[in-house]
Amino acid sequence: MLHIKCPHCGLRSQNEFSYGGDGTIKRPELNKEISDQDWNNFVYNRKSPRGKHVELWQHISGCRQWIKVQRDTVTHEIFQTADVKQDIK
Amino acid sequence: MQKYSVFNLIKKAFNGHKGWEVAWKDPAPKAEYDVIIIGGGGHGLATAYYLAKEHNLNNIAIVEKGWIGGGNVGRNTTILRSNYMHDENGLFYEKGMDLWRSMSQDLNFNVMYSPRGIINLAHSDAQMNAYTRRGNSMRLNGIDAVLLGREEIKKLVPVLDFSENVRFPIFGGLMQPSGGTARHDAVAWGYARQADAMGVDIIQHCEVTGFDIVNGKIKGIQTSKGNIKTKKIGLCVAGSTSILAEMLNMNLPLETHLLQACVSEPIKPILDHVVTFGAGHFYCSQSDKGEMVMGGDLDGYNSYAQRGNLPTLQHVLTEGIAMLPFLSKLKMLRTWGGIMDMSMDGSPIIDKTHIEGLYLNCGWCYGGFKATPVSGWTFAHTIAQDRVHKLNAGFNLNRFNTGHLIDEKGLGTKTWIS
Ligand SMILES: Cc1cc2nc3c(=O)[nH]c(=O)nc-3n(C[C@H](O)[C@H](O)[C@H](O)COP(=O)(O)OP(=O)(O)OC[C@H]3O[C@@H](n4cnc5c(N)ncnc54)[C@H](O)[C@@H]3O)c2cc1C
Ligand SMILES: [Zn+2]
Repeated sequence: MLHIKCPHCGLRSQNEFSYGGDGTIKRPELNKEISDQDWNNFVYNRKSPRGKHVELWQHISGCRQWIKVQRDTVTHEIFQTADVKQDIK
Repeated sequence: MQKYSVFNLIKKAFNGHKGWEVAWKDPAPKAEYDVIIIGGGGHGLATAYYLAKEHNLNNIAIVEKGWIGGGNVGRNTTILRSNYMHDENGLFYEKGMDLWRSMSQDLNFNVMYSPRGIINLAHSDAQMNAYTRRGNSMRLNGIDAVLLGREEIKKLVPVLDFSENVRFPIFGGLMQPSGGTARHDAVAWGYARQADAMGVDIIQHCEVTGFDIVNGKIKGIQTSKGNIKTKKIGLCVAGSTSILAEMLNMNLPLETHLLQACVSEPIKPILDHVVTFGAGHFYCSQSDKGEMVMGGDLDGYNSYAQRGNLPTLQHVLTEGIAMLPFLSKLKMLRTWGGIMDMSMDGSPIIDKTHIEGLYLNCGWCYGGFKATPVSGWTFAHTIAQDRVHKLNAGFNLNRFNTGHLIDEKGLGTKTWIS
C-alpha cells in the first residue's frame, strides 16, 4: 500500500488516488507548427525510468486535485509531492 | 543430444538416473558472434532456436542477466489464445497456436500443452453483441470461435455464480475451444535445450550494460562479463526494454508496469477451462497440481519492483469471488509479480530500428507468453533476412508516427488502466 501525501489534504492511502502517468510530459503549445516527432513524444514516447519518476496522481476520493509525486519505481519510496503547478526537479 | 523418451527413462532408471546430460551448457562468452540475443526469456530463447533451425545460423549467443526462466516466462499464468479481432493480431497469434500444437514433438520436451478452451464471460446484451462481432472476425481469419448462451455455459462451467440476484449476471460468453494453457518453465527449458544442442551459447548471469555503435551501425555490446563483438542484436528484454532503450538513446512508446498473479492451495479438479470475468479483469484456470491460478489488473502505476501491492490483489480477488464464489473458502498459496512492457496501443513491436543491426522485440503487455513461439519465429526471420515477415509487418514501430495503431481493446494510450 502506497501512502501519498496530498499537498492539500495530507497523508492518505493509495486507494484514494488514481494514476495519471509521467508528470514531466509537456503538451506542445497551441497554435504553433508542431512536428510529427514532437506530437509522438507528447502522446506516445515515455522514458519509463527505473528509479526516480515524477508522475501525476489525482486525489479522486479527496480534494479531486491533480498532484505531482516523485516516487522510486523500484522501492516505491515517495520523495516529494507537490501541487501540480509546482516543479519537482 | 540425448533424446527424452520413455525408453530412455526406463533405461536410465536401471542405473539410478545417472548419466543424463546437462540440458544446456554454461559457456563463457566468445569474442564475437554473428547474432546476439539479449534476454533469455521465452522470446529470446525461441528467437535463437528459430535462427538456428530455420535460418541455419550457428554462431549465436543469448545473453541473460539472471537465469533462464527467471523473468516473465516463469511468472505468467500460461494462457494461450488467439481470440483477437484485428487481422494483425489474429493471424499472428493463430500462427502461434499452430506452433503450440506441435511444440512438444518439435522440442522433444513435454510442454504440457492443454487446449482446454478459453471462455470470456459476457454480462450484458451489449457485451454479447461485441462478442458476436469479435467471434465473427475471428472466424473470418480461420480462428475457432463459439458463441455460448447462459444455459450452455452453465453446462460447461457449473461452478460459476448463476444465481439471479448478482450484480453482473452471466448472459453468455465467447469461447475459443483451442485456447488453453502450457507449462511455462517447460517452454523455456525446451527451447533452451534445443538451442544449445544446435550450438547456441546460452550465457547466464551476464548483464548487458552498454552498446558499441559506430556510424549508426551495431559493432558489439558491453556486458558484466566483458565486451562482445557482433553486427546484429535482437533485443528481447520485455519489461526491461526502456532501460536498454535509454542506453541506445531511444525513446519508445512503452511504460513498464507490474502485473500480479496468485495461486490457491491445491484442490480436486473443479474447473476444466480457462474462464475470464467480463465485468472487470479477472481470469482463472486450474493447474495440473490442482491450484487455482488467478490474475487480473495491473498494479496501475509505473513499476520495476517485480512484486506487487495488496490493494490490486484485493480488487482482483473480489471479482474472482463474484465469478466463482467457492474461491472465498480457499487459502492463498503464493502471490508474485512480473514487470510488463506496456505498449501505447496494447500491441507488440517486432521491427528493425534506425540503428543498423539493432532489432526490437517488445511491447508484449500482459499477453506475451502465448506469443513465445510465433514471436521467436517472426523475429528470427526479421533478424536473419533483415526484413520483417508479413505476419509481423503490422507490428512496426512507425505505426505510432503514421497513426496505424492496433488498438484491440480501444483503450487509447493508457493501456495500463485496463
Ligand atoms: C503475472 C503475469 C501473468 C501473465 N500471464 C500471461 C498469460 O496468461 N498469457 C500470456 O500470454 N502472457 C502472460 N504474461 C505475459 C508474458 O509472461 C510476457 O509477455 C512474456 O513472458 C515476455 O517475454 P519473455 O518471456 O521473453 O520475457 P522475460 O522472461 O521477462 O525475458 C526477458 C529477459 O531479459 C533479461 N534482461 C533484462 N535486462 C537485461 C540486460 N540488461 N542484460 C541481459 N538480460 C536482461 C531478463 O532477466 C529476462 O530474463 C503474464 C505476465 C505476468 C508477469
Ligand atoms: Zn487532496
